[in-house]
Amino acid sequence: MHIKINLFATLRKDRFDTDQREYPAGTTVLDALNDLAISESEAAIIFVNGKHAGPDHVMLDNDTLSIFPPIGGG
Amino acid sequence: MDKILRIDMGAEGGPKINVTPLGEYAGFGGRAMTSAIVSKEVPPLCHPLSAENKLVISPGLLSGTVAAMSGRLSVGCKSPLTGGIKESNSGGQAAQVIGRLGYAAIVLEGKPATEDLYKIVINKDGVKISVDNSLKMLPNYDLVAKMKAEFGDKISCISIGPAGEMKMNIASIACTDMELRPTRHAGRGGVGAVMGSKGVKTIVLDDTGMSMRSPKDPEKFKDANKRFVDGLKQHPVTGQALPAYGTNVLTNILSEAGGYPTYNFKQGTFAGASKISGETMAELETKRGGIPTHGCHRGCVIRCSGVYNDKDGHYLTKQPEYETVWAHGGNCGIDDIDSIAMMDFLDDNYGVDTIEMGATIAVAMDAGIAKFGDAEAAINLVKEVGKGSHLGRILGGGAAVTGKIFGVERVPVVKGQAMPAYDPRAVKGIGVTYATSPMGADHTAGYAVATNILKVGGFVDPLSPEGQIDLARNLQIATAAIDSTGMCLFIAFAVLDQPETFQALLDLLNAFYGLELTGDGVVALGKKVLSMERDFNARAGFTSQQDRLPRYFSTESLAPHNVKFDVKDEDLDKVFNW
Repeated sequence: MHIKINLFATLRKDRFDTDQREYPAGTTVLDALNDLAISESEAAIIFVNGKHAGPDHVMLDNDTLSIFPPIGGG
Repeated sequence: MDKILRIDMGAEGGPKINVTPLGEYAGFGGRAMTSAIVSKEVPPLCHPLSAENKLVISPGLLSGTVAAMSGRLSVGCKSPLTGGIKESNSGGQAAQVIGRLGYAAIVLEGKPATEDLYKIVINKDGVKISVDNSLKMLPNYDLVAKMKAEFGDKISCISIGPAGEMKMNIASIACTDMELRPTRHAGRGGVGAVMGSKGVKTIVLDDTGMSMRSPKDPEKFKDANKRFVDGLKQHPVTGQALPAYGTNVLTNILSEAGGYPTYNFKQGTFAGASKISGETMAELETKRGGIPTHGCHRGCVIRCSGVYNDKDGHYLTKQPEYETVWAHGGNCGIDDIDSIAMMDFLDDNYGVDTIEMGATIAVAMDAGIAKFGDAEAAINLVKEVGKGSHLGRILGGGAAVTGKIFGVERVPVVKGQAMPAYDPRAVKGIGVTYATSPMGADHTAGYAVATNILKVGGFVDPLSPEGQIDLARNLQIATAAIDSTGMCLFIAFAVLDQPETFQALLDLLNAFYGLELTGDGVVALGKKVLSMERDFNARAGFTSQQDRLPRYFSTESLAPHNVKFDVKDEDLDKVFNW
């Protein structure tokens, strides 16, 4: 299945800003993190289609996965 | 900090200085001090620009000490924008300097009978007040340059620009930073208009010859400060993210989360977000020889600010904050970062609140005064405000006034004050804070975004009404207390997650004042401040009906999550039940 991946802030270093990847059906957020060599502690905030998701979340075809390190502001 | 400096600007024969002991205000600082004085001494039904209103400027309890992050200044009064009590908070050098000069508060009272403009100079020798009409209508940068030429570069300035002199609802009070630039502002609520109504253009501060405030227990204080700094450096937000990208790192995440108000709160994502994001800005600043990591006052270890240079590598403005980038950017459909930085400079120079200014332009765009996305038109509207043209005077009244005059139905304000950079439908916790804060719509009054979006201090689903009341209540209490210490609110990211860093903060206060303050004591202080503020607002005529968002947030859905603000009214009324 087709997944759009967006990375932000420090996670972009040595990786990419945005990419399209193919994964088998049933792929979880954790599977994608492993594929991207991002640890769970680095991936402080994870959105699937703009909604908070955990590592066990099973993604669907054409989902957008956005991953942020710990950030703050205001 | 054992005295209060009161200046009666309306005294017969000219301004009269009166230095008094703390009396019943002993133990108060920052927001607790400003709100205590305003709630006790200002008639709630007075006109905000009248002689009866008072402008109270107070450093926090730890300002003027060596404690890291202790440079926040509170400015309080009855607000011309909201009609209620106001505490507006600023960084910069002023709080530390006022603290070292020994004043727990500076209170401007009364109103001059003439149109003369005054400057006040405070140093180790005392206070001097003089008429200086050569300062009339000077923008903040020019004013500070003039003060520097007159008094040298060891000074700090508190000042108003033309907007304050014109007594606009959106007028701010500027505080100079470490480089003596007027870049830090008590922005919200029109506090600059109140300073203008007192006839005061600037307060020039010089702490040369004064020493740091000394704690009761220096060893314990030093140890607590070390643990406090270690905690801030260790937390990923205060130790890494804020220094590297500044507050504007939020642009991408809010847009991704569908909570980024775009085109005057019409949708929750902005296609141009990445072009104006913190990541893009930090890269650009480095490329142009600016600085992506810079503190706003001495003693800051987070250093979330920066220096923004123009295309030719010349200083344009400080690194615009997330709220500013949003207000002038996505909210107006503008994705040109240099135009946004130019408006940040103009706002600082004229002395207006960047949030209210941007929100007002977006309302004007909805009225057809300019097109969404037209950066040049937006810049010209800010310039109209600086000139004080008829259009500028309307825009200078803020979003609510502008919406009424131009017949706009959807105006995102609470208690007359514009909402900042989070749509309350998609970040419901901050919606509760907007609705219920005594300040009007103010994200800093109880920053539920931390827990709703950033997963700091736990996690409460931003799209559900569940848990938002407790979240907003607890954060408003904690914030009222932090705002009284002089600490930058960003310490909360570390304090909320790390109990040992919260303990270090308590130990700083205890070692300095010889107290035995516990977490419960901090909560009690926060509640006391909020209670004083709500009491003032009640006497000014506010009821629970003012603790509501505009109706359209409950009836119209926000894309992409198609959500409405669905926290019940009866639950909003429980926020302050303690």
